[in-house]
Amino acid sequence: MSLLEVDDLSVTFARRGQRPVHAVDGVSFSVDAGEVVGLVGESGCGKSVTSLAIMGLLPKQPGLRVGGKAVFDGTDLLQLDDRSRRDIRGRDIAMIFQDPLSSLNPVIPIGLQVTEVLTRHRGMKGDAAAKEAAALLDRVGIPDPKRRLKEYPHQLSGGMRQRALIAMAVACQPRLLIADEPTTALDVTIQAQILELLKELVRDSGTALLMITHDLGVVAGMVDTVNVLYGGRVVETARRRPLFREPRHPYTVGLLGSVPRLDAGRGEKLNPIPGSVRDLLPWPDGCAFAPRCARRIDDCVGQPPELVHTYDGRSYRCVNPEPVPGTVPAPREEEPA
Amino acid sequence: MSDNDILVEVRDLKVHFPIKRGVLFDRVVGHVKAVDGVDLSIPRGKTYGLVGESGCGKSTLGRALLQLNPPTSGEVSFDGVELTTLPPGKLRTMRRRMQMIFQDPMSSLDPRQNVESILTEGLQTHGIGTDRTDRRRIIGETLDAVGLPRWALSRYPHEFSGGQRQRIGIARALVLGPELIVADEPVSALDVSIQAQVVNLLDELQDSLGLTYLVIAHDLAVVRHISDTVGVMYLGALVEEAPSDRLYTEPLHPYTRALMSAVPVPDPDVEDRRERILLAGDLPSPANPPSGCRFHTRCPWAQPTRCADERPALREIGASRVACHFAERIASGELRPHQVSVQIVRPEGEGESPGVVSAPSEPGSYV
Ligand SMILES: Nc1ncnc2c1ncn2[C@@H]1O[C@H](COP(=O)(O)OP(=O)(O)OP(=O)(O)O)[C@@H](O)[C@H]1O
Ligand SMILES: Nc1ncnc2c1ncn2[C@@H]1O[C@H](COP(=O)(O)OP(=O)(O)OP(=O)(O)O)[C@@H](O)[C@H]1O
Ligand code: SF4
Ligand code: SF4
Ligand SMILES: [Mg+2]
Ligand SMILES: [Mg+2]
Repeated sequence: MSLLEVDDLSVTFARRGQRPVHAVDGVSFSVDAGEVVGLVGESGCGKSVTSLAIMGLLPKQPGLRVGGKAVFDGTDLLQLDDRSRRDIRGRDIAMIFQDPLSSLNPVIPIGLQVTEVLTRHRGMKGDAAAKEAAALLDRVGIPDPKRRLKEYPHQLSGGMRQRALIAMAVACQPRLLIADEPTTALDVTIQAQILELLKELVRDSGTALLMITHDLGVVAGMVDTVNVLYGGRVVETARRRPLFREPRHPYTVGLLGSVPRLDAGRGEKLNPIPGSVRDLLPWPDGCAFAPRCARRIDDCVGQPPELVHTYDGRSYRCVNPEPVPGTVPAPREEEPA
Repeated sequence: MSDNDILVEVRDLKVHFPIKRGVLFDRVVGHVKAVDGVDLSIPRGKTYGLVGESGCGKSTLGRALLQLNPPTSGEVSFDGVELTTLPPGKLRTMRRRMQMIFQDPMSSLDPRQNVESILTEGLQTHGIGTDRTDRRRIIGETLDAVGLPRWALSRYPHEFSGGQRQRIGIARALVLGPELIVADEPVSALDVSIQAQVVNLLDELQDSLGLTYLVIAHDLAVVRHISDTVGVMYLGALVEEAPSDRLYTEPLHPYTRALMSAVPVPDPDVEDRRERILLAGDLPSPANPPSGCRFHTRCPWAQPTRCADERPALREIGASRVACHFAERIASGELRPHQVSVQIVRPEGEGESPGVVSAPSEPGSYV
């Protein structure tokens, strides 16, 4: 049993007079203790909604339907009442976002916000809490932590704010940390600092990390298992190296062909995926990627492609995957003669 | 290379923005030295890429080059014509030859204009095309060039996807038949699969039309991919300029080294092998830049002599231009990097007490 098992998670936003949006459409994946798991995909594929659903932080709007399970250490998070969920949040699961300002309270000094977490979840008070807060800021690389504790979020730079937020997130030594594009708003040198810090936390404390990003470079550098999302479904799951070396799903192949590489020469043509994520076929009608897919065959439309598991522990949702010489064929397929 | 191959030449360009404070009368209390002495030249038909972290002055430089921001001092010549002293009327006619593409196509396109009227507007302003039919022909050719269908003409910007909108932005620039295009973060708002389409499009247009580009971007991989020469900016000045391939294989300036090593590469084997040079702290404020070498507060190679008090000029080393006193001794490995302690950097407007801001509904609820 993994630390977190997300099983057939679906999130639908229905609005009167409009077609419902299936933002997340049967997503399953798991996160083991101490593991870094990635959710990758382009804008709108359902990465943030997935994580917000797990955390119970989706806006409570009429027409919101959440289905499936998100089992954390034996408890289905989706069945919890608000109170117990809030207890788990912070103590066992913490989350950091792209924009740290939106999750820091602008009118409360950083120190108070950190100690509040320590008080709420670890019962620490007074001097002990203040000391621990300073130690946390120090740990995440904030210089002169005692002074910083008295300062307000707006007095810190973007990178320092993200560090402060990470300090609050790790204050309770959570067993799972969810990071939604934590470095997308930051400059690349600051991004490198923050990613290094996250890697260190995972290594030193055994915290599991669910890393949400659209940056395949970030994935290549720190993720153990990668889930590629398209149109609200997981289309490929693999360990990091096999995914980059031998992508099977045509969308993964397309993504990898699209990113310019720093270590590639000038003039090497990129191979973009034609069309845009807007050209989405609804899953019930076939493969959502079919309108953009170069490997499309007749079987791709009519019904949604099933998830195919291979013997080497990978899976992809495709009826005509990128062939990989010498791989063990999928169990569902016939052995070729 | 002979002189007439150079389309754009920038000499000692400075753009300083006054910082004003005061209740009744604005008093100038200092200057943001957004661009502080930049020299560069762009050969015709080539691409010059400009990289650097947020706030280092890339956009300001691009805008000053097109005279959209008046430069504080310095010279900009375009095809041999000095732009900074050009009378407004003449400058307007020159503008047709220099166009700009922006990061967010949506905010740079008028939502109430359909594509045809967006494209016709520029043609009319500059008196291009003999009549309506002729203009339609030019517009049709431009649509083909950027890969938009004819039916796009009657549609409005919001009816297009991000990538298509960027194509409209490119078409609007191209329709005037420019020679130079300044592209400020042309792909950073786009998804990776769409980014690649636009990058390829820019490449193809350059090949077929002989365009000259100044591409501004914070994504080094994108810039390296499309540029012949790359300039790296730090706090308003170029710290290194090199042929695109060389910049990655042989970065000479400590900042370039750190920047290159920080860019993630989508390849686990490369990532696992790489050594990162992690810079300490944040970018200092351009209103109050460090003395001497502006990078000395964060430079892992900074030396006790010269770095803090003597501003290094760009010097030619091989095919590169580098602004570092010790570049050769760093490249040879004679000087080793050392630990740097973090200096706190304040965001703009620091020090004021927080105003009344609506607090999140549940403070600290996310963590
Ligand atoms: N509150 C909401 N009401 C209606 N639709 C929503 C809501 N929140 C998200 N969606 C839709 O759900 C889909 C998935 O959104 P999500 O934010 O998860 O994308 P994402 O993968 O995080 O993208 P990005 O990379 O842009 O952050 C999108 O089509 C989005 O428009
Ligand atoms: N009109 C202005 N008035 C005052 N200051 C300005 C103005 N425009 C830019 N600045 C300042 O000049 C500096 C350089 O800004 P610029 O926009 O050129 O940076 P940039 O490199 O393009 O950054 P980014 O990557 O964030 O776009 C910044 O500190 C900015 O705050
Ligand atoms: S199922 Fe068909 S359309 Fe979908 S990705 Fe695979 S080959 Fe392409
Ligand atoms: S001049 Fe000194 S501080 Fe500046 S980059 Fe070179 S070594 Fe570093
Ligand atoms: Mg998101
Ligand atoms: Mg800019």
